Amino acid sequence: MSPSPLVQDLILAGVKIAVVVGALLGLFSLMTWVERRTLAFMQYRLGPNRTGPLGILQPIADGIKLFFKEEVMPAAADKWAFLAAPVVAVATALLAVAVVPYGPPFTLPSWGLLPEFLRGRTLQIQIASIDVGLLFIFAITALGVYGIVLAGWAANNKYSLLGGLRSSAQMFSYELALGLSWVGIIMLAGSFQITDIVDDQGRRLGGWFLGWNAFVQLPAFLVYFCAATAEVARIPFDLPEGEAELVAGFHTEYSSMRFALIQMAEYINMITVAVLGTNLFLGGWYAGVPGLPSEGLLGFVWWGAKVAVVLFVFIWLRGTLPRVRYDQLMHLGWKVLVPVAAVWILVTATGVAVFPGLFPVASR
Amino acid sequence: MDAILFYVFAAIAVASALVVIGQRRPMYSAFALIVTLCSMSVIFALLGSPFIAVLQVIVYAGAIMVLFLFVLMLLNVKREEDTPGRGGRTLRGVALALVTLLVLQAGAVLSRSGPEAAPQFDASTRKMAEILFSAHFLYVFEATSILILAALVGAVVLAKKEL
Repeated sequence: MSPSPLVQDLILAGVKIAVVVGALLGLFSLMTWVERRTLAFMQYRLGPNRTGPLGILQPIADGIKLFFKEEVMPAAADKWAFLAAPVVAVATALLAVAVVPYGPPFTLPSWGLLPEFLRGRTLQIQIASIDVGLLFIFAITALGVYGIVLAGWAANNKYSLLGGLRSSAQMFSYELALGLSWVGIIMLAGSFQITDIVDDQGRRLGGWFLGWNAFVQLPAFLVYFCAATAEVARIPFDLPEGEAELVAGFHTEYSSMRFALIQMAEYINMITVAVLGTNLFLGGWYAGVPGLPSEGLLGFVWWGAKVAVVLFVFIWLRGTLPRVRYDQLMHLGWKVLVPVAAVWILVTATGVAVFPGLFPVASR
Repeated sequence: MDAILFYVFAAIAVASALVVIGQRRPMYSAFALIVTLCSMSVIFALLGSPFIAVLQVIVYAGAIMVLFLFVLMLLNVKREEDTPGRGGRTLRGVALALVTLLVLQAGAVLSRSGPEAAPQFDASTRKMAEILFSAHFLYVFEATSILILAALVGAVVLAKKEL
């Protein structure tokens, strides 16, 4: 007997959530190690190499250490807000991953141990495929700042407060550029759904990689990359936690598992931004060469490789660039990225209106 | 399913709205207001309009509340002090709220011809855009954008005496 459609959907959603969140948590711990090792090699150091082969068990050791550390509650802190802040940060980070597709659609085999309603079904690792996918991510990004603001305010520490203030100003400024950089690709694809945007890129120029949005929408891609780096507060835009001036910014007072939670939220945000950049600008799971297939397992390979490259670039930037000054940050956000993105929207709109034949989906 | 979700989020919205006005610490009020706005957004989504739901979060819960919090943090507003005559004002406020609720209920009951009278409408993003950019609303829509731009310029001029 096969369960009712509602139950089927709930089971599927539950499995997808477990897979995505599980994979993200695994990737988060892996990323902490990859980042430390890569940075170390860039700086002629070795990095953590003692725990397990090549030090790959280091994240587990770190997790155990953090788990057994004492959790310090500052005497002057606002207790409830202090406890809630890391939870808010992780919750918003995990919400944003719900509408992003991870890899291409695939068809389950029609045999084996699978329950009957799953056999031969075409699935995609995407928890919710909603009409306004991209806008949903934008909304969650807008909420993401509250975890940091709450953490900075609740600790009742001047460095934390300054970090929280800086981060709200920074995220608020760069959100605008981030959102504007998406407008052009939404116009080209004629849809807010990320899967549609990926498919749109895969069809362009006969499947060649030059049809990806990273090339067709080069200015938007550059704006996206800068804004995304600032949005997740990575070097060179890590002013909210600039350790040379603010100790550690908004999470100065956090210890033990709550510190780990904040770290986790930051890494998950970084992974989300990389996945989103891959899907929106780098052709998602399409190979980019007409002869190469992009279905099934190979699609996952292309997609995973692109995400890995973007994540590596984030680490690379951290190993290369110094931190910008606060006025430079604001200048870049408001006077460079926003105008460039706005002008590029005009250019794209004109292009779509004047040459409807070149952009078949948009003129639908 | 939809009904359960509606009641859950309606209850959260009402409860957090009560916290907004009942709470003496401004930061808590601001965060409760964010919760209210987010649960209202869920209700919009349940009504079949994800676009409005998302806009609710982006514009109100995101942009506007960040500015509120920014000001609260910059001014470091402390717990609100008790002022004399507070009890009387609370009473008047509650009475006014009850009267408003009654009037709204009466209006809803009088205007409804039957439970199935609620029209089925398409609230998808595409449909919304078509209506918004039709000849009917285009002028109003663009005029509003100009108005907001004018307000923005005005605010900058007021805040910065010398440009």
